[in-house]
Order: sequence, then structure tokens, then C-alpha cells
Amino acid sequence: MKIIVLAKQTFDTEAKLSLDNNGKIDGQGVKLIMNPYDEFAVEEGLRIKEKTNGEVTVISVDKEQDQDALRQAIAMGADEAVMVVPGDVELDEYATATILAKVISKMEYDIILGGFRAIDDGSCQVAGRVAESLNIPVVNMITEIKIENGKAQATRDIEGGSEVIEVKLPAVFTAQKGLNEPRYPSMKGIMKARKKPVKIIRLGELGLVEDQIAAKVKPVSYTLAEPRKAGQVIQDEPAKAVSQAVKLILEKVKVVV
Amino acid sequence: MTKGIWVFVEHRENLIKKVVFETLSEARKIADQIEDELCAVLIGKSNDSLVESLSEYGVDKIYLAENDVLKTYTTDGFTNVMSDLIRKYEPRALLIGCTINGRDLAAQVAQRLATGLLTDCTGIEVIDSQLVFTRPIYAGKATVKASCKTNPVIATIRPNTFAAVQNKKDPKIVKTVTDCGNIRQVVIDAVRQVSQRPELTEANVVVTGGRGIKGPENFKLLEELADVLGGAVGASRASVDAGWAPHSMQVGQTGKTVSPTLYIACGVSGAIQHFAGMSSSKCIFAINNDPEANIFKIADYGIVGDLFEVVPLLTEEFKKLKASS
Ligand SMILES: Cc1cc2nc3c(=O)[nH]c(=O)nc-3n(C[C@H](O)[C@H](O)[C@H](O)COP(=O)(O)OP(=O)(O)OC[C@H]3O[C@@H](n4cnc5c(N)ncnc54)[C@H](O)[C@@H]3O)c2cc1C
Ligand SMILES: Nc1ncnc2c1ncn2[C@@H]1O[C@H](COP(=O)(O)O)[C@@H](O)[C@H]1O
Repeated sequence: MKIIVLAKQTFDTEAKLSLDNNGKIDGQGVKLIMNPYDEFAVEEGLRIKEKTNGEVTVISVDKEQDQDALRQAIAMGADEAVMVVPGDVELDEYATATILAKVISKMEYDIILGGFRAIDDGSCQVAGRVAESLNIPVVNMITEIKIENGKAQATRDIEGGSEVIEVKLPAVFTAQKGLNEPRYPSMKGIMKARKKPVKIIRLGELGLVEDQIAAKVKPVSYTLAEPRKAGQVIQDEPAKAVSQAVKLILEKVKVVV
Repeated sequence: MTKGIWVFVEHRENLIKKVVFETLSEARKIADQIEDELCAVLIGKSNDSLVESLSEYGVDKIYLAENDVLKTYTTDGFTNVMSDLIRKYEPRALLIGCTINGRDLAAQVAQRLATGLLTDCTGIEVIDSQLVFTRPIYAGKATVKASCKTNPVIATIRPNTFAAVQNKKDPKIVKTVTDCGNIRQVVIDAVRQVSQRPELTEANVVVTGGRGIKGPENFKLLEELADVLGGAVGASRASVDAGWAPHSMQVGQTGKTVSPTLYIACGVSGAIQHFAGMSSSKCIFAINNDPEANIFKIADYGIVGDLFEVVPLLTEEFKKLKASS
């Protein structure tokens, strides 16, 4: 089974945010981690590979030097890593997905896995858009997947419960927490990841003209959130503290009807 | 010319999701500002009571796409119908509640129509006759305002962000396309927990238990408090990972984003990843026995104390208030 995993790096949540001279989020010197949902996707890809004697290729659209997530995936056990380097063009989710779909359309694949959301500017759409562009079905937010006879049965979250969806392969699935516990890279894996070259693909090689990947979304401005101010902490004997707190809460918001 | 601000009507078992009314109310204001019409798009099986409740929220027109095949949500079924409707009527904007299925639908329609999608929005405004949306990013540490260069702009709206305001109208009903196309997802099973409590992301009050709750049996305390306030119960990742609560209850960066009027954090330390999921709560109230806990730096009010003592007292206090009101 040929398995493709879409993975990207995100800001570490602990990272302090600032704006650059152009008023955009400043990525300089920020620690990056593999998007946690993509770790679930890599892990699931590896499990399917182990069961089906398959092959896992991890793909990212990012800056050439930002290869840590890809190398982490190799260290975990992925076979190939591909970095698509867009260069200077401004990408939005439409553009990113269109590029990914183009790269994948030139490959063999039975199953594509991604995260349901990137935790930084998380928009929950790139993987689904890739499915649409490739004209294959998507099942989002899965917590379980079984593959048999060219079909997959995936359990996905819905509000207040879950449902089981069956689709024919190839298809795209996005990982929700609960799908699995990602493994730690082995020593051997880490060594391999150091040596294994990442395949670099430049936009020009893909045969996409600029028009096809022109961003649809236009950011107008970025603002850093005002940190929430510490409020009033009540230190009193419990009964008194509670009645005072309830009074204060009800002065601020209406919750008891 | 493109015309109309559309709102997708998510409904189940004859009930329309609260976020639909919230979105309609805000969209009504925008439609008035730009002198456009507000349309609701109802896909599935409609009936008088659904139409009736939509007419309470300022809708000018309702597009009905009915077909038995659309009784249950499927990605393809709803994407096919919605995309066809958009191609036919060319609205200016499509707004969808940022729910699990709402997000699912929005991404597929956006790619099919080669247009932009802004997710989890908490603000809509008109700048130079363009719709501009505000969305929190980077775990709530920043916001971005963005517009879309193509029509329609698609946006998903965070539940509990806008107030639902009644505004009776007599909407025109347009029965329309029902060709569902090829549906590749087959729903072979669905399980729903029966709960009297509201859905976590829609609840007005959320009571969350962190590691300080010490065990699954103690969530009962939080449920009692939540029930007095008509709220839902959430959990931190620490208590989910300990197996005390299902993942569906997790609030935070790798869980749900909630935006209730009142958020009560019990035995939660207030890690940044937790904050990411509840930072837009209107009022945060924390109970923690460690006066140095981070949660007090972000809470509006807090009590330093043992939650096993404080939570039952709190439940009693709210009960008393309810009885006397
Ligand atoms: C990539 C990533 C994603 C993450 N995503 C999430 C997420 O989505 N949601 C999330 O919540 N976390 C998430 N985390 C984990 C997060 O960093 C914290 O570890 C977690 O939120 C801690 O949970 P907690 O506050 O319940 O536990 P703790 O940090 O252990 O805090 C327990 C608190 O309870 C208090 N306490 C103990 N006993 C009592 C008592 N009797 N009465 C009152 N107070 C008491 C203690 O003083 C303490 O402050 C994520 C972490 C990473 C790295
Ligand atoms: N630049 C990218 N390169 C590879 N995969 C991506 C990229 N951006 C998003 N994805 C995939 O799409 C998922 C959802 O991302 P998003 O739509 O940004 O929330 C991620 O978890 C990844 O699996």
C-alpha cells in the first residue's frame, strides 16, 4: 500500500509571538514543532505500512531549510520525504492544497493522511482541499481506521458522538486526537534521518503557472492579543468566598435564568 | 453581480443549531449595511417548524434543497448540493457555523469553487464594501483580519460569539436543486451519546475538571454544578490522558475551542495549550488550591481553595439563587 502523509511544522505553542516590520507574524528564531495532528497521521501511516508491507512518503510545502518535521517523520520510520519549496510566492490554503495535489497527482497513492488542523494558523482545510483537487473522497477527524479489500472504514468524531464512514480507496483521512499514540523515533531511525536526503521540488518543476496558485485570501492586518489581565482572587473561608465570587460573576455576566 | 449573504442551516432531529441563529443575527446587520439580502440555505429534509424558526431571525429568503438522500450529512452530498446552488445563484458570501460538519463542508466547497475560506471567525465587518473577517490564530495569541479576493467568500463562525437576536420576517421560499450527485462516503453506523446537557462548544456555561479532580468518579461534582447552570462539562488534557474523561470533552489546542459566557476551571493549572481552547470565554472563573497557579493570571475571578469543598458550595449557591429568582 502506498501511503502519503501531509505534514507541516507549526510554532511551538510556548513561543512568544511578535510582529515584524511589515506587521506580520515574525517567524524569526521561533522554535518549530511538527504539527501534533500530523504526528498522529505519520504514526497511522506507519501502522498501515507495517500491516500491508507498504511505503510511507511524507510531503511538506515549506521553506527549504525547515526540514525538521520531515526528518522526524523519517526517524519515526517513513521511507521518503519530499519538500516542496514555493519560493517567494504568498500562499494561502487554496494555493498550498493546489500545490500538494499537483505533486501527489504525479505519484502512486492508495491512502493520504493529514492532520485535521494545524495548531498555529489552523484553518482545518488544507487536507480536505487536497482531496477535492484530486477528486477523491475525504473523511475528516478520524479516531480509527480499518482497511480491507480496497476500502476503508473510518470512525470519525461528530458532535455528541461518532460515525463510521466507508469509502473506496484512494481517499484522504485527517487525524483527530485519539487515533493513536505516536511512537518515539528509534536510535536507528534518528541515524537514518540524518543521512537520508529530502527530495526537494521547486514550484517551477511542477508545471503550475502562477495564476493557478494565486492566493484567494488577503490578510488585511495582524494584531497581537492583549494578554488577559489577572482578575480578582478571593482568599477567604470557602463559604464566604463562594458567595462573594457568585456575586461578582453575576455582576459581570448573565448566567442564572 | 453577486448577491446575497448566505447562511448554511445545520440541523439535526428537527432542531437548528444555535450557531445558525447567532450567525444569522450578525449577518443581518452586515446585510443591512451593504443593502444586501440575507438567505438561509436548508439542505436535507425541511418542515414547517424549521422554516418557522428561521423566519424569527431576519431571513429574507430560504433556499430549500430537499432530498431523502440528504437526511444524514455526508461530505459529498452536501458539497455537491451547496456548490451547485452557489454556481446557480452566485452569492457574495457563505457563512457556516464552525462545527465539525460545518468545517468539513466549508473546505470542500471552497476548493471546488476555487475560492477562499476563513475559519473560526469571531468578527465580521465591512471595509470599503468588502467583507472582512477576524480570526484568532496562534492559540489565541494573535488575530488576523482578512478578506477574500474571489466570490463567494466562505467563512466559518465560532459558536457562542454573536448574540442571537430575534427579528421576525416573512421569508420567501425558493425550492431548488436536489441533484445530490455522486456520494462516495457511506455512513454505516452512527452513535450518539444521549445527554441532557448542551454540546460543549455551544454551551453558555462550561465547567472543566483538570488533574485536580483526581479521578473519574469526581466529575459528578462538576456535572451537578453544570446542571444547575444548564452548562456542559469539559476536561483538561491531563484528565483526558489519565482516562478520566473522553477526548470529546477535552478543551484546548488539541481539543475543542469553547467560547462560553462563563468558564469555570476546577483544578486546572492554566497551561497555554489549555488557554488556547477557552481564551475567548467572556468570564473565566478558577478554583485552585495553589495561589501561584497560572490560571489565576488569566481568570477574571478565582478562589484559592480545595475544589472538593468549593464546588459543592458553588452548586448550592447557584441553586439558591435560581430558586429565589
Ligand atoms: C502539543 C500540546 C498540546 C496540548 N493540548 C492541550 C489541550 O488541548 N488541552 C489541555 O488542557 N492541555 C493540553 N496540553 C497539555 C498542557 O500543557 C498541560 O499539561 C495540561 O493542560 C495540564 O492539565 P491540568 O491543568 O489539568 O493539570 P496540572 O497542570 O497538573 O494542574 C492541576 C491543577 O490542579 C490543582 N489542584 C490539585 N488538587 C486540587 C484541589 N483539591 N483543589 C483545587 N485545585 C487542585 C493544582 O494546583 C494544579 O494547578 C497540550 C500540550 C502539548 C505539548
Ligand atoms: N504546508 C503544508 N505542507 C504539508 N501539509 C500541510 C501544509 N499545510 C497544511 N497541511 C496539512 O493539512 C492539515 C490541515 O492544515 P490546516 O488546513 O492549515 O489547518 C495539516 O495538519 C497537514 O496535514
